[in-house]
Order: sequence, then structure tokens, then C-alpha cells
Amino acid sequence: MHLLPATIYLSFAGAVLALVAGTRSAAMARGVALVTALFGWGVGLLAATGFTPSNEMIALVDAPWIPQLGIRYHLAADGISLTLVVLTGLAATAGVLFSWNIEERTGEFFAFYLALIGGVYGVFLSADAFLFFVFYEVAIVPKYFLIANWGSTNREYGAMKLALYSFAGSALVLAGLLWIYASGHADGFSLSQLAAAAVTLGRPAQLAVFALLFTGFAILAGMFPFHTWAPTGHVAAPTAASMLLAGVVMKLGAYGCLRVAMPLVPMALEFWAPVIAWLAIAGIIYAGLVALVQEDFKFVIGYSSVSHMGFVLLGLAAANATAAAGAVLQMFSHGVIAGLLFAVVGRMVYERTHTRQLAALRRMPLHRLMPFTAVVFVIAGLASMGMPGFSGFPAELTILMGAWQASKLWAIVAAVGVLVAAAFTLRAIQVAFFGQTDEESDLTSHAHLMAPITWPERAGSLLLLAATVLIGLKPDLLLHWIVPSLHSPLFQAVWQGGVR
Amino acid sequence: MTYSYWVLARALLPEMTLILGALIVLGYDLLRAKVHTPEERRSAALWIGATAVLAAIVDSIFVGQLGPVYGFTLVLDSLAVPTRTAVLGLTLLTLGVSAGARLMRHPAEYVAIILFATVGFTLMCAAHQLLVAFVSLELASLSLYVLAGFAKDRRESAEAALKYFLFGGMAAAFLLFGFSLIYGVTGELDLTRIAFSVAHTELTPLLALALVMVLVAFGFKAAAAPFHLWAPDAYEGAPTPSAALIASASKVAGFTLFLRLLWPGLGPLAGDISTLGNTGGWQTLVALLAGASMLLGNFVALAQTNLRRLLAYSAISHSGAMLLGVIAWQTAGLGPVFYYMATYGLATVGAFGVVAVLEAHGGCDKITDLAGLSRRSPLLAGTLTVFILSLAGIPPLAGFFGKFAVFAAALRIGGVAGPAGWLALLAIALSAVALYYYLIVLKQALVAAPKPENAGRIRVPLAAALALLAAAAGIIYLGLFPSVVLDLF
Repeated sequence: MHLLPATIYLSFAGAVLALVAGTRSAAMARGVALVTALFGWGVGLLAATGFTPSNEMIALVDAPWIPQLGIRYHLAADGISLTLVVLTGLAATAGVLFSWNIEERTGEFFAFYLALIGGVYGVFLSADAFLFFVFYEVAIVPKYFLIANWGSTNREYGAMKLALYSFAGSALVLAGLLWIYASGHADGFSLSQLAAAAVTLGRPAQLAVFALLFTGFAILAGMFPFHTWAPTGHVAAPTAASMLLAGVVMKLGAYGCLRVAMPLVPMALEFWAPVIAWLAIAGIIYAGLVALVQEDFKFVIGYSSVSHMGFVLLGLAAANATAAAGAVLQMFSHGVIAGLLFAVVGRMVYERTHTRQLAALRRMPLHRLMPFTAVVFVIAGLASMGMPGFSGFPAELTILMGAWQASKLWAIVAAVGVLVAAAFTLRAIQVAFFGQTDEESDLTSHAHLMAPITWPERAGSLLLLAATVLIGLKPDLLLHWIVPSLHSPLFQAVWQGGVR
Repeated sequence: MTYSYWVLARALLPEMTLILGALIVLGYDLLRAKVHTPEERRSAALWIGATAVLAAIVDSIFVGQLGPVYGFTLVLDSLAVPTRTAVLGLTLLTLGVSAGARLMRHPAEYVAIILFATVGFTLMCAAHQLLVAFVSLELASLSLYVLAGFAKDRRESAEAALKYFLFGGMAAAFLLFGFSLIYGVTGELDLTRIAFSVAHTELTPLLALALVMVLVAFGFKAAAAPFHLWAPDAYEGAPTPSAALIASASKVAGFTLFLRLLWPGLGPLAGDISTLGNTGGWQTLVALLAGASMLLGNFVALAQTNLRRLLAYSAISHSGAMLLGVIAWQTAGLGPVFYYMATYGLATVGAFGVVAVLEAHGGCDKITDLAGLSRRSPLLAGTLTVFILSLAGIPPLAGFFGKFAVFAAALRIGGVAGPAGWLALLAIALSAVALYYYLIVLKQALVAAPKPENAGRIRVPLAAALALLAAAAGIIYLGLFPSVVLDLF
């Protein structure tokens, strides 16, 4: 366990190394990035083997940092952080594999990429709100440059929109944290100190602080109606960045809601839960319907991410340990599946067909031109629809079960979203991969143009597929870590509506 | 009360070093001007000047006994020593930046005047008496007017100098009028005695008038709205190292002078700003200046296409935050506001340094002139990224913690119910707005492709490279370990 902070340091060191290596050759930079990502993942898995689930955070590092403000360099982990650290390692490794074809300014690409990963690890391991916030913002800036430099459609617009939305969200979070710190006369920024300070605020102030914190984080989680940055950002981003954005960065927002907003102001969740739940349900269904009519293949996936993240938010709003466990499981599951879908669309299909328009793909029988890709996408699509046997199923089922306890209506309406997800996924599979062509000559001419699937693409796909199947068949691997963490004293207070 | 010449000489050692350095710079240049090329004359002047500033830094750190000097004319306390050192450090960086800038006529005089201005800055940091404060402020200001107009072959430089001078002269007149009113009411020049005297009177109309006069001058010196109008023109037209000095060292010195004047001197007239509708005092006025500066600076910066004007409006918005830091003195002391000033100065000198080097290599007026910087010079692009992100307040760079500490302290004054808290929330919201224009700058530097006519690689002179790297390293180091600075207070 105590190795976990190394994931952060390794990533930042890897970023510097990749930058240096990039001045020599692109291959060296790639090698550095892959080794760094694998190391980070390895450390996460190694920590997991020695992890005994409990309801306490295990302190990894705890040292005074800025004693004048009571800020500590405090890293800690529990089952939730561990789950997400492992996810980050997996997504980072797969992302490096799927960006093997980056030739332009490769060193800089991987430097930004690894800096982003380092920030993400930092967020998942921070136990001090200040430190959490620092890592949270560290993760924002590289996203901008990844998209603006190496992105595609409308990249500068998409990048700027994403950066401004993220930063506006973090400004709300900062305002909320400082409000608690100042008005509650907290001695420091540890979560427990802030939680103790927040209790001294009046009820209206607590409700307002919760709204600031939760909205700030939920913007990054793609909560309706603040989700619009997500599809444009995902579409504009280079494949690896879309994978990270949808796979990991949106989880930062959800994690912030779960780890910071809810425990700090537990009594406010009860008040806001209906609002959050209905916004989440609106997101699930609205984004699903929008995905159903998209003409750009990548936008379908972009909106599907928003829809799936709606389930996470619904799980949080249900305010019970079952739903929250489902939400964390869904974070993992969606991280893997969204990564896979973006990899197929952005890397495997687009790089070969040079179009993402479904109308154009309809005329190419991709299932014959690139069978491997078609198989991967069909499996990923099934997982995304929530088919039993894949990770999406236990996650969404657990969330719906938890939501049922909170409100039967929420669960029923949200379940409609599962149908919508099936509809847009099946449409995408049908149109993009099982298109028809009238002339056999077309087929051969296309076939010549399509480069074969490379080994990094195969390796990355298999890695992610294996993860979704493994968790689909044996979800208690992760639930076994997650559930005890949700019974910590801070979370107990949340489930009991602020009663300690 | 002691009037020891020995203590005075000891305390003024940095100033004497600087003056000696300036004289050596001038004398050496006089002897060698015929033999040397302008390039050599500049580097000789810069090396001598830098040595003098370094020696002055050593003098100012190892200053010996803290306490009042020569009666209470000057005071060496926990405010004076760090700010003097910071001002000298920023001057040193400015000298390094000058090494990369476009060559001007009379390089030695330029360096000598920078050193004279610095004498003014260091005295401003320690002045504890109205007259000394005014004289040191004028010494600094007059030098800065000359520095702003130093590029005599450029109309913009003359325009900058004239505007700066007219506004500055007006502000000085206001300040002197304010000082004379304070003296008239209290009969004292010494800040401690003034504080004692006003503590027992209420805010009479005459004192209120004096406060307004003083704050007008402060608003000018800090480039706070609505007294900011000179700043964009001066930053745009002045030679780049002069602009760097005006934006960094001069600002730190100005804030120090007024901090000392307002809290230890006029503290009893501060008023209460924790809730709306409490007794007024100068804090209300400072809060108004802060709010106006943050709003105006951030929104007008959005519309800028000229890089220096953008930096000027960004400076105005940062002044707003620093003014908030002045108010926050009451809950958090000097730490946050000093940290903010010092790290802001570092980032600004650095940003202007990058502009200066670019100007010597094909010009840098528009933001789009930065295009392709990462391919033309990774060093400039990398350091500029650090400076701009620090100005934008992105952790772990120093600009973030500066904002964080100032806002946290301001929120502690009456929480979100009071005007100070509102200003802090406003500032947090505006920092999201500010990110847009800072990212526009970085987009050109790191994303855009170089223009064909301006695509050559840039060779950065060694001294300028060292200055930029030192500034960037300082920002990163202070950002990671802010308690190094907070421990000083």
C-alpha cells in the first residue's frame, strides 16, 4: 500500500523524461511513456494485493506542508481510491498503446499526457482538501494542450470550452472550500477538520456550500445541463486524450462529489438529492436521445459518456451505501468501456477510413474490412448497453437497486435510460460496422487503403476487454474493496442525513 | 530615541552599495566608451550593475540589528527586510532581462538609472516618516519616468514617458497634499506618532480628505482602477526592461510604502469592513478600488490583442487582488500580501523578459507574434508557460497559493456576509474569466505554428536565459514550499 504515492511521482518524472526523450526520438518518448504507465499500473495492482478492506483510510504520507494554514501533505487510500487508481493505471496504459501513432511532437504529447495522469493519481490519493484541489487543477491544464495541439475537429474551440468549464467548476469548489474554512474557523484543510467546521455553519450556509462544491465537481462529471463541454471536448481530443477524459477525468468530478462535497456537508445531501437525481436522470435520458440522432460517430460515444455518467450521479444522489457502491463500480466500468469505444472510433476506424460520418461509414462494410475492430466494438457496445457478463451490468444494476430504496420513481425512469442506451449503441453498431456496399470493387479498393490493425491496438483492446469481462463476471473483486470504505464514519454521516 | 550615524550608515549599506555601483557603471563607461562597441558597453554595465545589486542583496539580508534607524526616520522590521530583498531581487532579474532586450543608445546610463530607481525602492520599503516616504517615492518615480522614455528613437516610448509622468506628477501632488493635511491635523511626521494621534480623534472631514488624497496616490502607484489609465500605455510604449521594472519592483515597493502608511500609520482610521453598513474608513475605499480593478482588469484584458497591453490589464486585475491582501492584513498579517506581491513580481519580470527577447528577434507586439514559440525556442516557451500559468493562478505555481492565501484571509473578515468576503468570492469567479486570456497567450506560444517570416530559432543571451530560468525556478519553488516565505513574518 505504501508504494501508492510512487504512482504520482513516477508519472511526473515520466513526463519530464518523455519531454527529454522526445528531443532524441519519438520511439524513445513512447517507450518512456509506456514504461511509466505500466509502472504506475503495476504499483496500483501490487498495492491491491496487499490491501485489506476496512472502513478506514490508510495514511500513506502525512507531513506538515504549509503549517501557517494548517495544510498537510496528506496522502491516504481506501478501497474507493484503490479502485480508481487501478482504473487510472489501466486507462493510462491503454491510452499510451492507442497513441502509438502520434508522430508530431511526440515527446511533448506524452509529457502532457503523463502530467495529466500524475494529477489524476494525486486527486485519488489526497486526503487533504487543499492538496486535492492542487492535483485537481494540475490535471486541467494538460487537457487543454493535448486537445488544442493534437486534436481534430474544431480542436481549439473544444479545448478552450473544456478548460473554461473545468476551471469554472474548480472556482466554485475553491469558493466552497474557502467558505467552510473561513466561516467555520477551521484549523486546517483535512477533510475531517473541514467537516467539523462545516457543522458550525447555519443551515442555509451549509446548503449553499454544498451547492457550490457539488456543482463545481459535477461540471467535470458531466452533469446535465453543464455537460456540453464533454461531447465537444471528447470529439476534438486525440484518441488517447478522449480515452482519458471520458475514462478518468470525468471520474475526478464524480470522485470529488463523493469524497469531498458529500462528507463535508452531509446534511445538505438530503435537501439537494431530488434535484441532483432528476438532473442525473435528465442527463441519462437526454444525452441518450441526443446520441441516438448523431451523425458523427464520435459524438455518439461522447454523448453516451454523459449518459453513463448520469448513472454515477444518480448513485450518489440516492444517498445510500448500495447506490454509492454501484456508482464507484460504474466509474470503473465506464472508464474501461468508454476508453474502448473511443479507441475504436478515434484510432482504429477514423485513422483508416478518415471519416466519422455515419452516412459515409454506412457505405463501407467495416465488419469485413476490419473484423477485429468490429468484434471489439460489438463487445464493447454490449458492455456499454449493460449486458450481463460485462462490467456495466452489475454497476448499473447496483445503482438502480440503491436508487429504488431512495425513490422507486427515480429507478423506474432511469431504467428507461438503459433502453435508450441499448438503442443508440445498436444503431451505431449497425450503421458503422454492418453497412452495405453494392459493388464488390468498392470493397477491394477500400481494403487496400486500410492499414492492418497494429499490435499496440490489439494489446490495448484486449487489455480493456479483459477488464470489463473480469469485472462483469466477478464484480465482488471491486465491491469487496469499495463497500467497507463506504461505511467509514464520514460516509455514515452522509447516509444518515448528517446525524453523526 | 537615538540618532546614531553609525546605525544609519549600517542600515543604508544597500543603498550606498547601489549608488557606488551606479557611479562605477557611469565612470567605467566614460573611460571605455570610445573603445567598446555598444554591445560590449551594455554587457559591462550590466555585469557591474548586477554585482552591485547582488552586494546590496547581501547587505539587506545581513542587516544586523532590526529596529528603528536614526530616530524613526527609517525602520528595519519584518516588513522592510523581506521587501527590500525582494525589490533588489526583482531588479537583478530586470538587469538580466535587459541583457536580452533590444540594444538602446547609452546602455550604461540606462543601467545607472535602474540602480538609482532601486535606491528609491529600497528606501520606500523602510521609510517610516512622511517626508522620507515622499522623497524616496519621488526618487523612484523620477527615475522611472526617465526609464520609460529612454528609447528616444521611438515615439511610443516618449508617449509612455509623458503619460506616466503626467499621471505620476499629479498623483505625487495629491500625495503631498494628503501628507500636509495629515501633518496639519496631527502635527507629526512619524508614523507611530501619527497613529497615536489619530487613535484619539474620530474621522474628521479634514482627515477623510487626507485619506482620499493618499489613496488616490496609492491607486496611481498600484495601477488600480480608476487610476489605471497610464498603465496600458506605459507598459506598451516603454522599453521592455523599464516596463518590467515598473510592473514588478516598483509595484512591490509602492505597496510596501502604502501598507506601512495605512496600517501602522493610519490603522486607527481603517474602519470596519466585516459587515455592510459599519463605520467607514479607508478600508472601504481600498475595497472599492480592489473590486473596480479586478472587474475592469479582467474584462478589458479579454479584448486585448497586444501582449503588453494584456499584461497591463492583467497587472490591474492583480492589483485588485493585492489591495484585497492589504485589507486582509488584519486577519493574516503580512504573509499573504507579501507572498502575492513577490511572486507576482517574479512572474511579471519573467513574462516581460520573454517579450524583450522576442522583440530583439523580430518583434512582439501582437499576441500572435508568439506563434510557434515552442518550436523557435523551447526555453522561452517553457518559461513563459510557467509565468503565465502562475499569473493565472494554476497550482502548484506560486500565483495559486498567493491568491489562495489572500482570499482565505479576506474571507476570514466577516465571512461571506461582509464586503471583504464578497470581494474574495468575486475574485475567485473572475479567476475563471482570467484563464481565458492567459490561455489565448499560451495557445499562441505552444499550439500555433510559427509564421513563415518569423520562424527562425531564437538564441537567448546567457544572462537573459539565467534570469528567466531563475524566475521560473523561484515561482515553482515558492509554489511548492510557500511556508518558506510565510515563515518570515
